[in-house]
Amino acid sequence: MGSRIAIAAAGICHRYGRRWALIDVGFELPEGAATMVAGRNGSGKSTLLRALATAVRADRGTIHVLGVDARAERDRARESMALLDHRTHLYEPFTALENLRLAARFLGQPDTRAALLTRLDEVGLADRADDPVRGFSAGMRKRLALARVLLKQAEVVLLDEPYGDLDPPGFVLVDHMLERLRAQGVTVLMATHLLRRGQALCSRALVLESGRLIFSGPAASMPQPARTDAGFAEGA
Amino acid sequence: MSGLVIALRKDLLLQWRGRLQIVAVFAFGAAALLLFSFAVGPDSLALRQHAAGFLWLALLLASTLSLAESFEHELEDRAIEGLLLLPAGPRALYYGKAIANWTQLALLGVALVPVMVVLYDAGTTRLLPLLGIILLGTAGLSAPGTLYAAMTAQARARQALLPLLLFPLVVPVLLAAVKATSLVILGDPMGQLRPWTTLLGLFCVVHVSLCGLLFGRVVEDG
Repeated sequence: MGSRIAIAAAGICHRYGRRWALIDVGFELPEGAATMVAGRNGSGKSTLLRALATAVRADRGTIHVLGVDARAERDRARESMALLDHRTHLYEPFTALENLRLAARFLGQPDTRAALLTRLDEVGLADRADDPVRGFSAGMRKRLALARVLLKQAEVVLLDEPYGDLDPPGFVLVDHMLERLRAQGVTVLMATHLLRRGQALCSRALVLESGRLIFSGPAASMPQPARTDAGFAEGA
Repeated sequence: MSGLVIALRKDLLLQWRGRLQIVAVFAFGAAALLLFSFAVGPDSLALRQHAAGFLWLALLLASTLSLAESFEHELEDRAIEGLLLLPAGPRALYYGKAIANWTQLALLGVALVPVMVVLYDAGTTRLLPLLGIILLGTAGLSAPGTLYAAMTAQARARQALLPLLLFPLVVPVLLAAVKATSLVILGDPMGQLRPWTTLLGLFCVVHVSLCGLLFGRVVEDG
């Protein structure tokens, strides 16, 4: 794990209409760390990840990604980040291969069929490469979105509920992906409701409640109520 | 490969995948021309005099359908946001989309000319100037149309909002295009075609430049 700060957030506030989704959220994450973000539905996890990824602009506060001011130099900050969002960022009429090829071209990565099939094979979609996304299940879309995230080879990866919509083999796929990213020294921030799984894979944790950060520290020391709350099932 | 070329290829492929929609838009334009001809009546001289105006009105009305459609796939899974986060430049995305929309509108304009000739008895042998005017006029429609389609794509009343915002803005383009097309069809004894075409070209340049600058503000949050 490096000593450099990968993400430094201070005083982030964001609101939708009159409701504040994030209130004065601040933390620092060291480079190479895997961090989970926990909290109930509507606690601000997705908004936090979207603000860090510059998909939404925080109303207040500062965000630095690998030393780059994400507000002032949005494109530079984006170059080093990849976001797996609730919405998969895919074009419905395009095939899986075409979606990946489009991203590869913008990223300046190899866009040959062989190279892209390798990427699709990593997420178990090689045999559906030429099928339009329109006919994909939610889990298959999530797998394709994961392939797109991996394609970018970003230094900071933001994952919003990566296990959502996936089947048990998909859970294992995400586990392996996270282990691989950690081994590569990639900084990972993952929002999840699967707390035991998150704690096993992440060294640090952030806990949000009603838009406020109520815990930031080692994952093993997460507050008990959040860890044992009924309804936080582990899925597979 | 530049961002613009990648974006243009993406948009042309999207249009190709939705080619049935293009046929529907053409049918809408042809139906509009037919209905306008009923409004004028059987007076062949009046029909011929109004042919250019009705051609551009039909194109304008049909353009709102195709322009609004062009952002549907960008937003249904926030695909355009995914491209911006890569990061792809908003200007490249705009010009790719605007050129693809322009191509579609220009083809639609060309396809509606024979319909106009048949319904309005408005034939002309000056096909090259007519093609030039259609290219310029449709560029003048697609440049602001693409921007406003992006602005209204997430609005609830987008079907009404897009024409409401777009029509006042394209009035100068429409006037110049109608006048120039009329001169091609009815004859140009005073040599007015060049100034009207130049005016049309100027509006296009202004729209294309300004809209490209503003697109980032429209599609980015804040």
